[in-house]
Amino acid sequence: MELFSLGIRSIFIDNMIFAYFLGMCSFLAVSKKVSTAVGLGAAVVFVLGVTVPLNWILNEFVLKEGALTWVSASLLTIDLSFLRFIMFIAVIAGTVQLVEMIIEKFSPALYGQLGIFLPLIAVNCAILGGGLFMAQRDYTLAESGVYGFGSGLGFMLAIVLLAAIRERLKYSQVPDGLKGLGITMLLTGLMGIAFMSFMGIDL
Amino acid sequence: MSTETLEKVIEKKPAEPLFSKRRKKLVTDPLIDDNPITIQVLGICSALAVTTQLKPTLVMAISVIFVIALANFVISIMRNTIPARVRIIVQLAVVATLVTLVSEILKAFAYDMYKELSVFIGLIITNCIVMGRLEAFAMGNKPYDSILDGLGSALGYSWIILTVAFFRELLGSGSVFGIPVYSYISSLFGPDFKLATNGLMVSPVGAFIILGLIVWVQRTKTGYVEH
Repeated sequence: MELFSLGIRSIFIDNMIFAYFLGMCSFLAVSKKVSTAVGLGAAVVFVLGVTVPLNWILNEFVLKEGALTWVSASLLTIDLSFLRFIMFIAVIAGTVQLVEMIIEKFSPALYGQLGIFLPLIAVNCAILGGGLFMAQRDYTLAESGVYGFGSGLGFMLAIVLLAAIRERLKYSQVPDGLKGLGITMLLTGLMGIAFMSFMGIDL
Repeated sequence: MSTETLEKVIEKKPAEPLFSKRRKKLVTDPLIDDNPITIQVLGICSALAVTTQLKPTLVMAISVIFVIALANFVISIMRNTIPARVRIIVQLAVVATLVTLVSEILKAFAYDMYKELSVFIGLIITNCIVMGRLEAFAMGNKPYDSILDGLGSALGYSWIILTVAFFRELLGSGSVFGIPVYSYISSLFGPDFKLATNGLMVSPVGAFIILGLIVWVQRTKTGYVEH
């Protein structure tokens, strides 16, 4: 039950986009078409769902203070947490490479559409942010799996919703200066207000 | 033989002045005309989360300036030795090292600020501006130019997030750099008068709307239209 409420929380209340602004670059750039947005969203769900638990294992058994005691009891005082950034990003870059190869093999059409944004998932703040939040909040392995998967779904939900709105937006007259980024930011703001209503839910 | 080489050296073009017109352009272009946030739409991720107050925003801006300029410099020095296939990993490693440095410095000398910025210092690694500049500029240009280019982009980023933070702090908490401006103004109009703060500005939503409006104003001024 705890896990379930954590999942719901990470999708709706602590939404990556609307509460923490993470992954904004690809959120703004790949939200022009619903089909592409679904593809990127699915890739983010997968990468977050895999890398957060992987990073948890890395953090728990290598990086944390005293984490290396399973090697030898004399390593109790060693604290490698300053290596966290570099290790996490290495795990993420590796996983992304893997996902890229899988998508290229099984869905060349999607691969072509995602284009440059697939390798850029490696530098998607949502992925690294998920890992860092996991380490900061001291989740357990199960919790970090649910958290990674849930926040990925939250990102997917946000980007698909925005893409749907932007497809409609093509037919409306927007002032020149607001076209593109400007109107998208205002839209995201309004969607954020809608998502704020979830904050009242006590889980 | 030796005179020949000597002549060649003399024949070489005079060195470009330290602040030539082209180099000045490297710094000034990203400020307005080619701003990383409002025109190139990069680096919005970590920018907005810290902008509720001016002070953490300033720390963030300084950290980003430091990281981009140095990362550009280091990558530019190594540009001829990095194999193209693994360049993203190399770039990430350099940036992650620099960010770790910043984070450790903050932890040592400004622990409160470190706590407040929490994961967002780490997220400079994934700031698209850093990777964007490394890919687009540092991989193909000399070190000194790369530093200037990095400085320009980082300053363009900084003034935008500082502007966002100024409005968010003023409208949301009624203060500027922690100085309670609203209560000073209110006291001028007698004891019963009180300027109301807007809670929406403190929440993430405020950042989106303020940035949207800044983009509107800026693009109307420069005449840039996105299609």
